[in-house]
Amino acid sequence: MLELFLEQLVNGLTVGSVYSLVALGYTMVYGVMRLINFAHGELFMLGSYLGFTLLVSTSIGELGVGWGLIIIVLMVAGAMALLGILIERVAYAPLRKSGRLAPVVSALGVSIFLQNAAMLIWGSRYRAYPVWAALDRRWEIGGVHITLMQAIILGVSINLMLLLYCMIQRTTLGAAIRATAIDQETARLMGIDVNAIIRFIFIIGPALGAVAGVMVGLYYRQLHFTMGWTYSLKAFTAAIMGGIGNIPGAMVGGMFLGILEMLGAGYISAAWKDVFVFVILIALLILRPTGLLGERVAEKV
Amino acid sequence: MEVVSEAKEFPRRRLIYGALFLLLLIFPFKAGPYWTDVATFFGIYVLLGLSLNIIVGEVGLFNMGHAAFYALGAYTTGILNTVWGIPTVWLLPVSGIVAGGFGYLLTRPIIHLRGDYLLIVTIGLNEILRITLINDPWGLTGGPNGVLGIKRMRLGSLVISRPIHFYFLVLIITTLVVMALLRLQRSRIGRAWNYIREDEVAAEAMGIDVRSMKLLAFVLGAGLAGIAGSIYATKMMIISPESFTFWESIVLFTIVVLGGMGSIPGVIVGSAVMMILPELLRDFMQYRMLFFGAAMVVMMVFRPQGLWPSKRWQLEMGRETEE
Repeated sequence: MLELFLEQLVNGLTVGSVYSLVALGYTMVYGVMRLINFAHGELFMLGSYLGFTLLVSTSIGELGVGWGLIIIVLMVAGAMALLGILIERVAYAPLRKSGRLAPVVSALGVSIFLQNAAMLIWGSRYRAYPVWAALDRRWEIGGVHITLMQAIILGVSINLMLLLYCMIQRTTLGAAIRATAIDQETARLMGIDVNAIIRFIFIIGPALGAVAGVMVGLYYRQLHFTMGWTYSLKAFTAAIMGGIGNIPGAMVGGMFLGILEMLGAGYISAAWKDVFVFVILIALLILRPTGLLGERVAEKV
Repeated sequence: MEVVSEAKEFPRRRLIYGALFLLLLIFPFKAGPYWTDVATFFGIYVLLGLSLNIIVGEVGLFNMGHAAFYALGAYTTGILNTVWGIPTVWLLPVSGIVAGGFGYLLTRPIIHLRGDYLLIVTIGLNEILRITLINDPWGLTGGPNGVLGIKRMRLGSLVISRPIHFYFLVLIITTLVVMALLRLQRSRIGRAWNYIREDEVAAEAMGIDVRSMKLLAFVLGAGLAGIAGSIYATKMMIISPESFTFWESIVLFTIVVLGGMGSIPGVIVGSAVMMILPELLRDFMQYRMLFFGAAMVVMMVFRPQGLWPSKRWQLEMGRETEE
């Protein structure tokens, strides 16, 4: 009984840390621009596919788990950051002053575009990441199995999140981001280059999403061009659960969601796990209308 | 000034609308069954768009799970007809009432949620319903295959079965709905809705019961979507969960924003774009959806206010820039 619980807890934390990474992209963009960037999930998906291509058609993978993985992740993150900036330029920048919903539809358009681009490039069938035997090494700790890949996912995500948190809280750049999130106009008056901040957000978010994408590819091994939807829905839910615009909230929300989902799958049934997740989300929002940690967004009245 | 120009314009506008309506009456006799069917589905989308427009456009409540209410209507008709054999004519209003009732029950606890929280919750409701339909509770919904063998509507001796019958059914209902909604827009309720959309706090301070007004929008919107679902069910005779996915909700949401929030002609234009554009892009074969996505971005970038924004909205926005 306890073993099942712990096993699902480890699985949940693994999935949850992926959700957290993707949710960070959502929450940061939301915090600064009040925009639900539905295209973010597609960057995660493209990251996953790009990692797959690098692994299959280049010899980077032969460098071994350590260097090979680091190089691939860095390349993919860089590429997605570039794409993120490009998307912001083309689809969101012209709409900054035109209400809340026009950019959302624009984001949906980008999302459809990228999804179909991925389908055209990599095909509409499931693709499989190559087996990397070293990643399947397992340890048993107190009756709970944990694979190397799970450990990598947990370690990388938690470190990245801590790094991001410190950057946001401790550095001048972080202060500028926080200021922009609270009030763009005032931030601009204080000499903060708001455009640069927005660009920076669109570098960090997609890069984190891309790292998550590669790790998900290596963990589940299955790729499909619609996976962006699925994960983006979950990550967005996580961001809302934590309190949107709140960076620690996205981290907590992601973990919470992952654990909920895996416990739901383990104790209720796999078919109903998403229903379970959304029911909890609704119950949570009824009790705490601004998420677990509360939002960090000043609503303009 | 505005009133004068509107009055002068009125007879001519009435003439144009009259001519358009006549065209709609003649259309199915000239167009053949294929295009009549296309027009029927277009009409169903217009109905759905109008129903969502009440919620998103008029009141500014972010509802991205509208397909849930559409599904409720369709499944009400499907299940009650196939299990208990209730004639589908009766089920048309019943589906509307059931969907509206669910709209009330489901949104009552969450109506206080602001903007994006409401958005994710409505997506959640959509997903909950879709998964429930797939998982086939008590053997009612038929799982992934859905409900089969829904009977057609029978009005006296007329069985609504041919494309042209459905065309006129949808045309009549849509016309009535458009007329009712135009009246509603100009009523106290319509103005209260717009007030809430523009400034909720001020609306509350002016004595508008924000909560009930929002609920009313949800109930009306959901009920209307339920009626659209019922028509869809009798038209298709088969309904399955895949017709009511999150994607469907996104299409509806896009129709409203693309057309212009709170604008009834905008909904019609928006539905036309969302339905006709993919058809026009058919020549691009597998690149079709690629261009479609790009077109959505381009349309929003060049017309962020929507393709046919509502007069009231234009007036308000115009005044704001003058100041």
